[in-house]
Amino acid sequence: MADLTASDSAARRQRVRAGLKRRHLGEQLFRGFGLLAIAVALGFVALLFIDIGRKGIPAFVQTNLHLAVTFDPAVIKLDPKPEPSQFASEAEYRAASLAWQRDAALLNWNKIVEAALRQAAPAGFDIDARALLRIPETNARHQLREMFVANPDLLGQTVEVDLLGSADTDNWVKGNIDRSLGDAQQQLAPEARALIDQFQQEGIISTGFAWSIFTNVDSRSAPASAGLLGAFMGTLWMMLIVIVLAVPIGVAAAIYLEEFAPKSRLTDLIEVNINNLAAVPSIVFGLLGAAVFVNWAHLPLSAPLVGGLVLTLMTLPTIIIATRGALLGVSPALRQAALGMGASKTQMVFHHVLPVTFPSILTATILGVAHALGETAPLLLIGMKAFVASVPATPLDQATALPVQIYLWQGNENRNFFEPRTAAAIIVLLAVMIILNGAAIYLRSRLEKRA
Amino acid sequence: MNTLIIAAVLLIMLGVAYQSGWSRGRGLATVGGTRVHSRPQYHGSFVAVWTMIPALLILALWAYFGPGLTRSYTVAQIPQDILLSLDQAGLNSEIARIQSMASGFGATGEIADWEAAAGAALRSFQFLTFAGVLVLAILAGGSALVYARSRITARLRARTAVEQFISWMLLACSAVAILTTLGIVASLVTEAFKFFTFISPIDFFLGTVWAPNNAANGGNYGSYGLLPLLTGTLMITAIAMLVAVPVGLMAAIYLSQYAHPRLRAVAKPLIEILAGIPTIVFGFFALVTVGPFLRDLGNFIGLDINATSALTAGIVMGIMIIPFVSSLSDDILNQVPSSLRDGAYGLGATQSETIRNVLLPAALPGIVGAFLLAVSRAVGETMIVVLAAGNAPILRFNPLEPVGTITVSIVNQLTGDTDFTGPQSLVGFALGLTLFVMTLGLNIFALYIVRRFREQYE
Repeated sequence: MADLTASDSAARRQRVRAGLKRRHLGEQLFRGFGLLAIAVALGFVALLFIDIGRKGIPAFVQTNLHLAVTFDPAVIKLDPKPEPSQFASEAEYRAASLAWQRDAALLNWNKIVEAALRQAAPAGFDIDARALLRIPETNARHQLREMFVANPDLLGQTVEVDLLGSADTDNWVKGNIDRSLGDAQQQLAPEARALIDQFQQEGIISTGFAWSIFTNVDSRSAPASAGLLGAFMGTLWMMLIVIVLAVPIGVAAAIYLEEFAPKSRLTDLIEVNINNLAAVPSIVFGLLGAAVFVNWAHLPLSAPLVGGLVLTLMTLPTIIIATRGALLGVSPALRQAALGMGASKTQMVFHHVLPVTFPSILTATILGVAHALGETAPLLLIGMKAFVASVPATPLDQATALPVQIYLWQGNENRNFFEPRTAAAIIVLLAVMIILNGAAIYLRSRLEKRA
Repeated sequence: MNTLIIAAVLLIMLGVAYQSGWSRGRGLATVGGTRVHSRPQYHGSFVAVWTMIPALLILALWAYFGPGLTRSYTVAQIPQDILLSLDQAGLNSEIARIQSMASGFGATGEIADWEAAAGAALRSFQFLTFAGVLVLAILAGGSALVYARSRITARLRARTAVEQFISWMLLACSAVAILTTLGIVASLVTEAFKFFTFISPIDFFLGTVWAPNNAANGGNYGSYGLLPLLTGTLMITAIAMLVAVPVGLMAAIYLSQYAHPRLRAVAKPLIEILAGIPTIVFGFFALVTVGPFLRDLGNFIGLDINATSALTAGIVMGIMIIPFVSSLSDDILNQVPSSLRDGAYGLGATQSETIRNVLLPAALPGIVGAFLLAVSRAVGETMIVVLAAGNAPILRFNPLEPVGTITVSIVNQLTGDTDFTGPQSLVGFALGLTLFVMTLGLNIFALYIVRRFREQYE
């Protein structure tokens, strides 16, 4: 009997030993798969950031032209600028002033740009006007006109002006286009390319940081001057509305549900509701905005007000859920101590429990706002996709938003100029989000340390 | 300007009301030995609430009815014979002219006598009504203040009343969530219903051709078959899950079971960065990097892969969902009681055998719930597919070709167009309703499974 057990266990041990190698190999493989999965996930993160950075960073450098521009009285034939004192009412002055500006706009400002360019070019350089005018961006004439309208005394004077190089010039200078391609495939005429190289040697064309991305609004006719200012302000208005509405309502709702609500059918319903709202696709909120805010309440299309309201409804569940979590985490000892000292329930919540949860609520708010900041789909449905070339002064003006601007730019036909610029806009958006998230982490750790 | 005045008046009223209630309540406390129910702050708040409600009510009524009244007053100032000669646009521009004169800005061109008179009349009307409403609001608030103040006695339960008010406000705030859901359901259902008066639900849900005729105003609206969009959506979702589930699940397993705490502290937040990146960024990445890469790869191995295809969109969407799957799975794996794991180790199982044969089966319901949540996320995702799926709503099952999805079609049919009269734009709501029902169903089912799983081990 004993023999049998001994041989039996020996055999079993033998079997286990035999299988051990295979099992350890399996263990190694499994571990390897796990590591591989993490490497893949981190690889995607790295790839995404490197790719966007590689594409976008060159767009922060821009080609500029430094020209001596003469406001030639032979070209600028205009009446003197109207003065407010000449008119009976402000409306009359406004009308006269607009008429004067319209006259100014009808002048051929390109002649002045062309003259300045020819002045800068070597004497006798042979280039036709059309090829020449493709070197500066097409908004050069508007820029000069606005300078003149703001200060009519410039007439007859020669001033140094910085102009933007056109998108084609920018591509040529940065080497975004293959220099060895034939004339037929180049965006610029051969003379223009030669002149650009010449200008670059003389320092008339130089590259510098592209401030225009931050200080200009979007532009279709002058791609090199297209900037993010309008979209940025639109986003800012929306975020302001989200913060002003979503935070008080969200925190109040969470307090009610967590602290006051009697366990009833109604509160159960609200609770299920909020959990489901958090998972509703964002585009459905856009449909809600289009049907209720725009179509039914007749709020203006493309307005940051509507966008802000839609994003508020979208952010509310996030803030409610996070605040409830924070309230739930407050130690019961604190509550009992407050109640034991004779505080009412409201006093207990507002004087003792809520202050403790402040760091968590703040963090949740910032994260919710960061999420709303990157949201695009619902905004497309309430008309924020429209081309807007102005800075929204109030939340009722037409506006677009940063992510929507990215969407609009990626669809631009001038691919080899707008692809980097889109990536640059993405970098700006990601930078804002990283700053917000960083602020959330920093504030949380600071406030928690103090508490 | 007017808004500033109103805000200032309201603030002053608030301050005065609070102060008067507070001082009255304080006065009670100093009188002899009577015990006062509430502290002076509550008496102050009590009077403030009483004062503000009627004042705000009057201002709100004016904000709602005021513009209409002003407009009809302006119209009444236009002489009858001229009024009859104006069409709608002419009337509007005339009203704008009179208003501009009333505001002191003036108007251009010839100013008729009656126009000047109307401008002056409107000016005084606006001033009088504004002053009238303001005085009315102050009077109403003031009398409420006096009444509330007169009610303050030592036995008044001011604190209870104020707390009751606070809890009503809190309830109103949480009702916003319900109102949002009601708003979503009501707007989707009514507009979708309108759509179904043009196109029968059978043609919509079972149709195999998606070809809306966007130009038509008359009879021919085109066909609105859901199936091509649904297959596109499901195909992309399936590809996304094929990417996200293995990577996310394995990453979660490694991080929760094997990884050194230091690696975990670094890798987990890094992976979760993916969850915070806006989807438009993923869309751009798919469009300019992943798509061309897949096309070149296809050329290299002799496959015809389109740069914008279900594959491109699916892979990038999978990347987006990885942190979602991994953090949910991580939570669920951590909830499995350690006694199960210890038991398996005690029987001599290796770590991977424990995970595969004990942990995962135990956590399976929860993990399935997490996957369903991820699926509902993928189904409703918009920007990646708008940019990278190619928008070709044709019923076919080749993931290497461009496809159309429900969300892409919503965006295409409804961008900035609020003239909801034809099926061309109304179909957006029918699609939205489909999407809403799909994601809602998935979510409820998933939450049910996850909750069951939690209860099992609690």
